[in-house]
Amino acid sequence: MKTCLVVDDSKVIRKVARHILETLEFEVREAGDGREALESCMAAVPDVVLLDWNMPVMSGMDFLRALGDSGIENKPKVVFCTTENGMGHIRAAIEAGADEYVMKPFDRETLESKLQIVGMA
Amino acid sequence: MMLGNQPQVASTSAMGVIAAMLEQRTGQQIAANRSWRIETALKPILRKHRLETLDELVAALMAGQNGNLAETVVDAMLNQETSFFRDAAVLDQIADAVVALQQTVGGRRLRIWCAGCSTGQEPYSLAILLSERLGDASPTFPEIVATDISAAAISRARNGRYSQFEIQRGMPIRRMIRWFDAEGEEWQTKAELTRLIQFRKANLVGDQPPPGRFDVILCRNVLMYFSAALRRRVFCQLAESIRPEGLLVLGAGETVIGQTELLKPSQQFRGMYTLAPAKDAASHCVA
Repeated sequence: MKTCLVVDDSKVIRKVARHILETLEFEVREAGDGREALESCMAAVPDVVLLDWNMPVMSGMDFLRALGDSGIENKPKVVFCTTENGMGHIRAAIEAGADEYVMKPFDRETLESKLQIVGMA
Repeated sequence: MMLGNQPQVASTSAMGVIAAMLEQRTGQQIAANRSWRIETALKPILRKHRLETLDELVAALMAGQNGNLAETVVDAMLNQETSFFRDAAVLDQIADAVVALQQTVGGRRLRIWCAGCSTGQEPYSLAILLSERLGDASPTFPEIVATDISAAAISRARNGRYSQFEIQRGMPIRRMIRWFDAEGEEWQTKAELTRLIQFRKANLVGDQPPPGRFDVILCRNVLMYFSAALRRRVFCQLAESIRPEGLLVLGAGETVIGQTELLKPSQQFRGMYTLAPAKDAASHCVA
């Protein structure tokens, strides 16, 4: 079973994402900000991270940079999942190392297709 | 007839008339257990024309006072389900097959026909894959003709404008950045992609196919809605439109086996079909 770390400061979004991911047979972990997510990755590297952009304490972009500098081997696939839907944000995320990008709102089929693209579904 | 505030229930005969009209015009059948689709699909049209029931809609269709109403009704009932890079592995196989075929024909441009292309996601996806393999400026970049029965779908395909919901279902983000521009809330194909495809309205049942013969024909997830007799007729037409060394690609749940003697599984390209040798379409196909 593959593991997905859902990183979002919204409990509702985490709950929705968890529900979808569990129907796709993922084991789901949650983090409320980038710092928690980094600690979670240091403890055990997930297969894929579903990452919000704007979060308190540590943003999604700061998490992505910190993950790159962390020395963690076998880095997880990172799928940004955000309301920041402009081309500028998308380019910045890809250049920073994100593997895919989901624009909110999304549904099960969209998330599944993105996970397939990164080889996780 | 209204019964207080009770919801309207369509009469069986009205649903039968509309289902028959769909099949007559498009070949698509609606199974009895999916007749609910008729009411769901036609609700917006009932509202727009201030009609209460499907019986009233049938009456309006029979009166024939609104010339476009029948086409609007048929368009609404067509199954336009599609997405970018649907069955991505199959599309990759098709693109690889096109590259392999191109190597066998020298400088001639291959011709590809996407039959039943809906709102364009399939031909755009294929054009992107071929551009990545061949380069979109290649003088031998294949000619891609895409057809659909729905004028509304073809218009949308030609415009190349997709909602956020449509674009991100199946479209890898790097390809989206490469081939689309953001326009407000929507995503627009770049001109260099749009120009690679000729979109035309055409009905697989009744209309002449696009002129000339094709090296590759995609007809995916279309024939599954047709009767067995109609599928045989369409296979005849497709066989006449394929070049002798050409390929036919069907949807995952579709096959030629047991349906026609004119086509057989390709030995070279798995999951694709080619003309059966020594079969003369004219003698097998009754007009």
